[in-house]
Amino acid sequence: MTENLISVSYLGAAALFILALGGLKNNESARRGNLYGMIGMTIAVLVTVMAFVTKNYSTLIIVMVGGGALGFVLSRRVQMTQMPELVAILHSLVGLAAVLIGYANFLDTSIHYNGVERTIHDIEVFISIGIGAMTFSGSIVAYGKLGGMIGGQPMLLPARHWLNLAMLVAVVIVGIQFVSAVNHAEAQTMLLIMTVITLVFGIHMVAAIGGADMPVVISMLNSYSGWAAAATGFMLSNDLLIVTGALVGSSGAILSYIMCRAMNRNFISVIAGGFGTATSSSSAAAGGDQGDVTTIDIAETAQLLKSAKQVMVVPGYGMAMAQAQHAISDIAKSLIEKGVNVRFGIHPVAGRMPGHMNVLLAEAKVPYDIVFEMDEVNDDFPNIDVSIIIGANDTVNPSALDDESSPIAGMPVLEVWKGEITIVLKRGMAAGYAGVDNPLFVKENTRMLFGDAKESLDQLYKGL
Amino acid sequence: MKIGVLKEIHAGEKRVATTPDVTEKLIKLGFDVVIQAGAGEAANFSDKSYLEAGANICKDAKTTCDAADVLIKVRAPQKNLNTATHEMELIRRGCNIISFIWPAQNEGLLRQLAEHNITALAMDSIPRISRAQKLDALSSMANIAGYRSVVEASNQFGRFFSGQITAAGKVAPAKVMVIGAGVAGLAAIGTAKSLGAIVRAFDTRPEVKDQILSMDAEFLELEFEEDGSGEGGYAKVMSKEFIEAEMALFAEQAKEVDIIITTALIPGKPAPELVTEAMVKSMRDGGVIVDLAAEQGGNCALTVPGKVVKKYGITIVGYADLPSRMAAQSSQLYATNIYNLLEEMCPEKNGELEVDMENVVVRGATVVNSGKITWPPPPIEVSTRKPSYSGQTMEVESKPATKAEQKEPSRVALAAKSAWLPVFIAGLVLFGLGQVAPASFMSHFTVFVLSCFIGYMVIWNVSPSLHTPLMSVTNAISSIIVLGALTQLSSDSSIIMILSIIAVFITSVNIIGGFSVTQRMLQMFKG
Repeated sequence: MTENLISVSYLGAAALFILALGGLKNNESARRGNLYGMIGMTIAVLVTVMAFVTKNYSTLIIVMVGGGALGFVLSRRVQMTQMPELVAILHSLVGLAAVLIGYANFLDTSIHYNGVERTIHDIEVFISIGIGAMTFSGSIVAYGKLGGMIGGQPMLLPARHWLNLAMLVAVVIVGIQFVSAVNHAEAQTMLLIMTVITLVFGIHMVAAIGGADMPVVISMLNSYSGWAAAATGFMLSNDLLIVTGALVGSSGAILSYIMCRAMNRNFISVIAGGFGTATSSSSAAAGGDQGDVTTIDIAETAQLLKSAKQVMVVPGYGMAMAQAQHAISDIAKSLIEKGVNVRFGIHPVAGRMPGHMNVLLAEAKVPYDIVFEMDEVNDDFPNIDVSIIIGANDTVNPSALDDESSPIAGMPVLEVWKGEITIVLKRGMAAGYAGVDNPLFVKENTRMLFGDAKESLDQLYKGL
Repeated sequence: MKIGVLKEIHAGEKRVATTPDVTEKLIKLGFDVVIQAGAGEAANFSDKSYLEAGANICKDAKTTCDAADVLIKVRAPQKNLNTATHEMELIRRGCNIISFIWPAQNEGLLRQLAEHNITALAMDSIPRISRAQKLDALSSMANIAGYRSVVEASNQFGRFFSGQITAAGKVAPAKVMVIGAGVAGLAAIGTAKSLGAIVRAFDTRPEVKDQILSMDAEFLELEFEEDGSGEGGYAKVMSKEFIEAEMALFAEQAKEVDIIITTALIPGKPAPELVTEAMVKSMRDGGVIVDLAAEQGGNCALTVPGKVVKKYGITIVGYADLPSRMAAQSSQLYATNIYNLLEEMCPEKNGELEVDMENVVVRGATVVNSGKITWPPPPIEVSTRKPSYSGQTMEVESKPATKAEQKEPSRVALAAKSAWLPVFIAGLVLFGLGQVAPASFMSHFTVFVLSCFIGYMVIWNVSPSLHTPLMSVTNAISSIIVLGALTQLSSDSSIIMILSIIAVFITSVNIIGGFSVTQRMLQMFKG
């Protein structure tokens, strides 16, 4: 296969990848876009196999089919509520692959560069492995946090910023040593030291970030996995890898930015970690006379919904936890049939990854034309008769707007309390992921419906 | 403990302090309930329904009082005009009483209660804090009075409230002016509005403007800066100039509107006179004025408390017992308010009453504690926020807004300055890179930077609802890294080959898994 043919194929694949991402601008074109992505990937892999692989075909086929089958089974079995975990673990694989490929490239003595080119190549190898290792360990920790295997609270070591800085400095020093290493063995040692440091760095970085910041973390890791691919592209002088890596990297970066903006936090402070560090003091200050909650039962809720004209449903991570998306979908349908205007209001950071709620509602076949972004519905709350909050907490917390000492101050929230009446489905009075008390629960027009969201909603559906 | 419910003896009082529904809840709280025979009759609750709810019936007031440890009533204890006995004579010493008491107006009664070694809780003295809203009988009653005021007005008003175009001609909608938008005023606004009238409302407290607007009524505004909010969400006495401007507004409105509902009260003061005789004269014939402040002297100069009078062709309703005219509804709400108070005082749910003077709600309501007069209560320390329930929402909105406005200009200036710094640094870096980097690197670098821009453009167009599929698809395509592994797969070195094989394996998982799960999600978005 000629060099030009390979280049053309790669160009085609890159174009298809861009189309794949561009297709996601609406639901109709998205499926076609995904198809473009698959075609692009197939072309790229086939061309590469034909051009570079000269032996070990059988092993290659076995491995690819085996891996592919495993991936397929995983993707079919995963619950929609567990999407964040799946995405996190898949990110870790990209990171791991970057590390392995980096090492393979380093060990490959057949490649020779000289002068500046050599230095640049060394730096590329170094960076590729570094980002890969960070992505890998960070994603594993994120996976653990999302899956509940590791506590969601931020792990805050003393002087953690200094620790991060020290690790960064150490990596740079090791990097200089690596580039100027006289022999292969010394360089290898430096590379291993750096890998260990970046692995620890990844773990420490994600462990220090609180559960409510998970959407940022996931998007950030998404971004890193892209940069890892781009760095590998530089290392291998492969433009397709560079293009794709840059696309993915900027995609993740933009998502992180959107998520940060939705929480009114800047990226650095999220990465530096420690959401909820101010919690203990603020909740103590806000404590005292918090007031009483007013409870409501299923029958009363059903009555309220029947007499309502405008209903807004605000789902949060609790809906995912309770797997309540189908139940609320049934309720929404039956209310729509009765002529009630039912809408869903989605906060950008609801759930544990960007767009999490939309996926769950789509799974439950909630028509997407009644699912709205926060900004689209926030002004409508004064006209809403009944708002149903399902397992959302921080995203509907009024203290974000009126309590400047609150850790979530300034974060845009769904202003549900402006509606006629707000029904909050909740298991108990525990604070949200951010660990902040929610004055919404004691507002005069709020009614608490305690219990498992799914059970409550199932009963409510029967009540309707 | 036994809760006793007496039949109200006040002339025309139809309410009763508990209903069969609430009786059941009281029993669940651990109390026994005894009801005087016929107590609920006037409110259409039969003795039988109380029996079914689990209460015992006592034949008269005496036996009820003897049996009860806690007496709950609507009106304060008073003299029975028929039998000439005072209720205080029936009540056991050391008993507990919960009812409306109006301690400020009834000092004599307070002393009597104290002499009888009684613990008395006044439903009218529940502090107006958010937590105590479910106990707030005044609000419950005001709500009913507001509703009923419109019903009474429509009863006297010989026309439709709503505008209609019929085969027999066009009917203009009635115009209603509500003065004082407290609980009663707002209820009146809502009721009049739902009957189809054009409603205008006035209040001296600017923070209720939003509430009036939210009820879809018009807010009559004065060109005058003065805040009429007093303590506890009530209004206060306004300055002379303000009152003049206000009166001018009312005079002008009186000529236009068909119905005026006045609810203006200032705590501890006689009701302000807001509708003068001249204004009544100026109203169109057939108009109606409902004066909810009749008992405190009336907002209208011509009001006769307790009566409906017709003057200058205008009907003036001065009923002071509007809640009692809807006895079933008001009894139910009042009973629930009392139940909530008892629940507050019986945290163990064991049917034992605990007068916890540390509890601000109980402290506020307790006017006599075991023979000691404890009224007035010390002022409650309310947080820095305004105590009115109504004011809160408005403040919440306005505060951050002004903050943001103040911050904005400086931030913009800062941003403008700092925006050039990264550009400058980036330029330097690029220049440095161009100096040393070989051509091959620069071409890759060009591709990289341009791709970042393409990514930036493309991703901003992605619909936010598809962010999760975006992540899974980018995840799948970032597995393009497999190419790196494939190029090294055929290496002679076995260790490189093994590393590559592993890399191919895990990226295969990722490619197929990523695309397949994206496909699965997008299928769901078909809708």
